[in-house]
Amino acid sequence: MPLLTVENLSKRFYVDQLQREIAVFDRLSFTLEPGQFILVSGANGIGKSTLLRCLYRTYRPSAGRAIYESRRGSIDLVRAADVDIALLRREEIGFVTQFLRPRPRVSALELVAEPLLAGGTALRDAEPRAKAMLESFGLKPALWGAYPTMFSGGEQQRVNVARALIAPRRLLLLDEPTASLDSSARASLIARLRELKSDGVALVGVFHYPDEIRHLVDGEIHFESGALPPELEAQNVDQ
Amino acid sequence: MNRLAALAAPRQDYSYAFLDAYAKRELRRRTLKAIAIPGYQVPYASRELPIARGWGTGGLQVTLSLVGPESIVKVIDQGADDSVNAANLRRFIARMSGAQTTTDALKATIIQSRHRIPEEILREYQALVLQVPDPEPLRAVESNSSRAHEMHAEADYGQMWLVLYEQLVRYKQYIQGASYPSLVNGRYVISPSPIPRWDTPKLHQSAHLTLLSAGREKRLYAVPPYTDVYPLEFDDIPFQVEDQRGWVCAITGVKNKFMNEIPQPDGTSTYELSDTGYMEKVAPADATRTEPPGATYYDEQGNFYHDGYLKPPIQPEL
Amino acid sequence: MTVISSRPSSPNSNDAPRLITAPPLLRAKGLRKTYGRIVAVDEVSLEVYPGEVMGIVGESGSGKSTVLRLLNLEEPADVGAYTLDIPDYAGVNLFTLERFARRMVQIQHIGIVYQNPYLGLRMRYTSSGNVAERLLITGERRFSTLREAARSWLAASEFPLDRMDDPPRKLSGGMQQRVQLAKAIALKPRVLLLDEPTTGLDVSVQALVLDTLKRLQRELHLAMVLVSHDLGVIRTLADRVLVMRGGRVIESGLTDQVLEDPQDAYTQQLVHAKL
Repeated sequence: MPLLTVENLSKRFYVDQLQREIAVFDRLSFTLEPGQFILVSGANGIGKSTLLRCLYRTYRPSAGRAIYESRRGSIDLVRAADVDIALLRREEIGFVTQFLRPRPRVSALELVAEPLLAGGTALRDAEPRAKAMLESFGLKPALWGAYPTMFSGGEQQRVNVARALIAPRRLLLLDEPTASLDSSARASLIARLRELKSDGVALVGVFHYPDEIRHLVDGEIHFESGALPPELEAQNVDQ
Repeated sequence: MNRLAALAAPRQDYSYAFLDAYAKRELRRRTLKAIAIPGYQVPYASRELPIARGWGTGGLQVTLSLVGPESIVKVIDQGADDSVNAANLRRFIARMSGAQTTTDALKATIIQSRHRIPEEILREYQALVLQVPDPEPLRAVESNSSRAHEMHAEADYGQMWLVLYEQLVRYKQYIQGASYPSLVNGRYVISPSPIPRWDTPKLHQSAHLTLLSAGREKRLYAVPPYTDVYPLEFDDIPFQVEDQRGWVCAITGVKNKFMNEIPQPDGTSTYELSDTGYMEKVAPADATRTEPPGATYYDEQGNFYHDGYLKPPIQPEL
Repeated sequence: MTVISSRPSSPNSNDAPRLITAPPLLRAKGLRKTYGRIVAVDEVSLEVYPGEVMGIVGESGSGKSTVLRLLNLEEPADVGAYTLDIPDYAGVNLFTLERFARRMVQIQHIGIVYQNPYLGLRMRYTSSGNVAERLLITGERRFSTLREAARSWLAASEFPLDRMDDPPRKLSGGMQQRVQLAKAIALKPRVLLLDEPTTGLDVSVQALVLDTLKRLQRELHLAMVLVSHDLGVIRTLADRVLVMRGGRVIESGLTDQVLEDPQDAYTQQLVHAKL
């Protein structure tokens, strides 16, 4: 059974100030099995991230369905209650963004441990796991107790990825996670993704350099500019 | 003129015991209510008297409502029977009621007092009437009297306890002196008139009736016989009475009774029993000795007559 | 992207919660409050689950502070029901309680931090006394227990303990808020209400207080309602958010969704004015 079944998903933004509605994608359908990796590709600014954000409900989809088989039962991510989405975010669905949102006087270690603590893990168990994550993404131990507000872009992104991947998830949405990582950190991220995939985690991702993860990809959604409905710009996945 | 005089009742200078019958009836009803609800402040219509408000009119009205020709009245002011105020009140009560007067606490049926409870243990069927300047224990923490009324209704005494907490934090002891707030019958906190802390425990499970009345504030309240009265104290930091250990009465040689401190020109102090009625009984000069003294609330060693009620001091740890 | 129409799309209405099994801790339904002819709050409903932070945003006069006053049982709503999932009172409309019971619920189950510390603190008493008073109200009579409670809750609020016996009027704004917070949580309430808790503080102090709030919320599993006009504060703390205008809720949703994909025209303005 697919973990996620997307049917006729559409997203339009209505901007009141412009009195206009802007369509991003329309009637997109695909399915995603546990352990599958779908790459979202297309030119910059075409709406690849919008799809991820719609699935995470940062954006409200305008129409369609996205049936997700959660451990607690199947649910339509498009219409699910906010509290159910919040619950899935705590327990099952992760989102890896391009940017860390550091908070003043919160150390790298604390930031990384936070998703575990939020899920109820005790501090003494969360801390070693956070350290292991930071180590695997190559953040120097000297920086673990420091505040990421002062970090470089690359260092912040290591913290960000560690934070996003530390808690066990069943569906991961990846929005250019490799964007500001150096090659060694990229390699460890990709290794980590391979591990997750083989553990049965389903992945949907946008990558700046798709070639480096091509070997993990099971299918692709390609966004093309030009005509929108009724013809889809996004090609359905050839699985 | 003549016709009007013929129609009126025969002229009398005053009603019996000064107050008219309606005033006495009201006071007796209020007093019964106060006894029925120990510690509850009952409002009453405080009448005009030929002494000024603040000079014992609250106590005097209660005394006048209780007194009869067979009564024996004692009046104390700061422990003394012979102060001007005490003498005035005593004379007034006797003149208006035909009651006898005494300085012997054990002989009196009604004792009106300002600031002290006698040293000798009072008996059943005695009434102690305390003159109260400020009946509201919440006054210091709540200036709005309607709100204070609600707080009594809800037994909301958290702020009173907070005051004690603050005292312990700042001074490492309870610093409230006279009028120490006390819980009556487990329900209402009262301000037991400005009696010293020394006298507060005497209200607990006493054989006599205590009536407290504030004439200016128009409220009276009661501690009925055999009623629990506990000063507010934390479980682990006991309430203490004034520490007068080592103070010896210069006249009688008595110790462990409440003393007045009398500063001397050389900077030292001597001490005298505050309770003059008791002093008469223990005075060495045979001429003034009347009766042998009765049992006292605090014995010669300073132990209170209810065992375990007062506990040894404990310093708070901050 | 293509512009395809100038017709606004109607925001989706959500299904009822299905996955979450615990009942909401706080449930307010159809609240309405008027002052004379002024309708301060109308048809406001919200549900907050244990461990969740609900933000309420809106401009001055939008009714958000009135909602908080109602939730703190400072006054009853004219219309509407308010229930908390707490022992003895589950399912009881708290607005119908008589004053004594209402006060007991307020003291034991609801904590509040005001923007103005003068509303929440006794400025001339010690800071520790301000915290200890909560325990005194509920009958704690051991001085050592009071000291210990004051110490541990002030420490939990990250208040410097060497100043625990200073009166709040001698403290900085950030420290005063920490005393308020320690006082608010001293009886382990289920609900914590925050009325602009960091407004007026320096930005760096604000960040520290927010962090303390976030940690306490996680550790105590509180249901929090946070009123603020500061979208940064809301974004940092709130899981979900209500947007209020003219006494009504005009939009609600997950915080990131409301801030990044606002559906209502007013919310769009509000968000773009701030970001």
